[in-house]
Amino acid sequence: MKTKMTKRARTEAIWGLLFIAPTIIGLLILNYYPIFETVWQSFCKTGDFGIGNTFIGLGNFKKLFTDKEVFRTLFNSFRYAILSLPLTVAISLVLAVLLNRKMKLRSVYRTIFFLPMVCAPAAVAMVWKWMFNQDYGLLNHMLGFKINWVTDPAIAMLAIVIVGVWSSIGNNMILLLGGLQDIPRDYYEAASVDGSTGVHAFFHITIPLLSPMLFFIIQTGIMGALNLFDLPFMIMDQSSRAWPSVKTITYLFYEYAFEKSNRGYGAAIILFLICIISILTFILQKSEKKWVHYD
Amino acid sequence: MSWTVKKNLTSTLIHAVLIIGSLAMLLPFAWMVLTAFKTRSESISVNPFYIFPAAGWHFENFIEVWNSYNFLVLYKNTLIMIFLRVLCACLTATLAGYAFGRLKFPFKNFFFAMILVQMMVPGQIYIIPQYLIVSRFHLMNTQLALLLPGAVTAFGTYLCKQGYQSLPVSLEEAAELDGANVWQRFLFVMLPLTRSSLVSLGIFTALFAYKDLMWPMIVCPKTNATTLTAALSRLQGQFSSNYPQLMAGAVMAVVPMLVLYLIFQKQFVEGIATSGGKL
Repeated sequence: MKTKMTKRARTEAIWGLLFIAPTIIGLLILNYYPIFETVWQSFCKTGDFGIGNTFIGLGNFKKLFTDKEVFRTLFNSFRYAILSLPLTVAISLVLAVLLNRKMKLRSVYRTIFFLPMVCAPAAVAMVWKWMFNQDYGLLNHMLGFKINWVTDPAIAMLAIVIVGVWSSIGNNMILLLGGLQDIPRDYYEAASVDGSTGVHAFFHITIPLLSPMLFFIIQTGIMGALNLFDLPFMIMDQSSRAWPSVKTITYLFYEYAFEKSNRGYGAAIILFLICIISILTFILQKSEKKWVHYD
Repeated sequence: MSWTVKKNLTSTLIHAVLIIGSLAMLLPFAWMVLTAFKTRSESISVNPFYIFPAAGWHFENFIEVWNSYNFLVLYKNTLIMIFLRVLCACLTATLAGYAFGRLKFPFKNFFFAMILVQMMVPGQIYIIPQYLIVSRFHLMNTQLALLLPGAVTAFGTYLCKQGYQSLPVSLEEAAELDGANVWQRFLFVMLPLTRSSLVSLGIFTALFAYKDLMWPMIVCPKTNATTLTAALSRLQGQFSSNYPQLMAGAVMAVVPMLVLYLIFQKQFVEGIATSGGKL
């Protein structure tokens, strides 16, 4: 009997290992080896035309910490996150609350707000670039101004933020709507007996019960914002005087690693960014206990 | 009475807000389509009320962009990339997900930790070495290069594992009593029951592949080997101020996915909602 059990367990173990083999081998080649390679590259100087590696120790990182462009592009990425995230969360929360009831056209609204999620950001960016056009764009037509949306360094980031918010409210709205639907009706009924309705109920029932979802949205939102690449790249002309004020650190990484073929420095930049993201994630996780309520 | 009036007023107000919001969402789409049918001189007319193409609807922009960028090839490349990525991701993830969710095997926790760590590390760290793999194996400008980063998926494995774990154990026990081995239990009993998480994973994978810009730009710089999104960035460089043609290109790039979305709305929304903010 005992040998039969072990035989059965052994067959199961073999099947289990066979089933995970493709995924694990794939992860080793495509993800785990690359982590070490990137770290190794960051200690190397890439030769001309991207050929050859010479070990230079911390050279890339020394250069990085004195490189003004790294900090300027990092600042741009942060500026994008700080401007776009509160707007996205606020608008999608309002929309979710408004849609969280039985009403006509509910699914139509939902479909419309969700549209940008199924469009390639590259195409979305092109359309918005045209909307922002100073002389012939629809926005300036409608507003009756001549705003240099994408060529004025002071405004360009705002233009990127508008597109970013426009693109992501649908997704966050759906997530928040799901969270709202999980809140039991009784909570509001009980609260209204105690005289808590409307805005008071919103801040004392809805927000706390929605906080895990809000936390999730903020966390993924920060990561997404710091990894921003395609919107500025497609909306702005790289020769424009406003480009330095919207160039993100992920673009700087792309530029060094693939356009200038300086992979060593590119690797150092991306590791630097990942360190910053990790620190932020750590701080967020610590703050979680203070304001996120699970059940 | 006053209560119903108040209720109606609230409802009207809510609809007003939502309609204004909807218009803001639809405006860029409308502007894109309308511009795509204009002539170039019409598109740069300064008359603000010149919103509809007054000189007739021009299909030339589409034809010209279609020909100069060979959109047929772009569609084909994008479709094959999406197909291969969805196939590989669903296949590997459902196998691994079943094993992690249902089977006992050595070092299970260690292997599962590998899945979790991959999900937590930001994706950019993989790009340079993945590019080096592609270039060392002379895979530049090939379908295989487009597939590569999406061949396996830690996130999908996690998703499938959750799906398998939520199924009752008794199902499998019954099949085992009937003499089904692991493979048969997986294929005939369990797999059909996790269809919905596989559909979600498939849609998420397809959208992610379709929207990605950086990877196809890096590994498929040739116009006849690249995807729709990467071609758009080229298009913008070439027709930088010919907006009707740019918009025609944008329309052709977004319409197929929009149509699919309008048909399979429920599945799309679920697929994206399960992915959270990863898209």
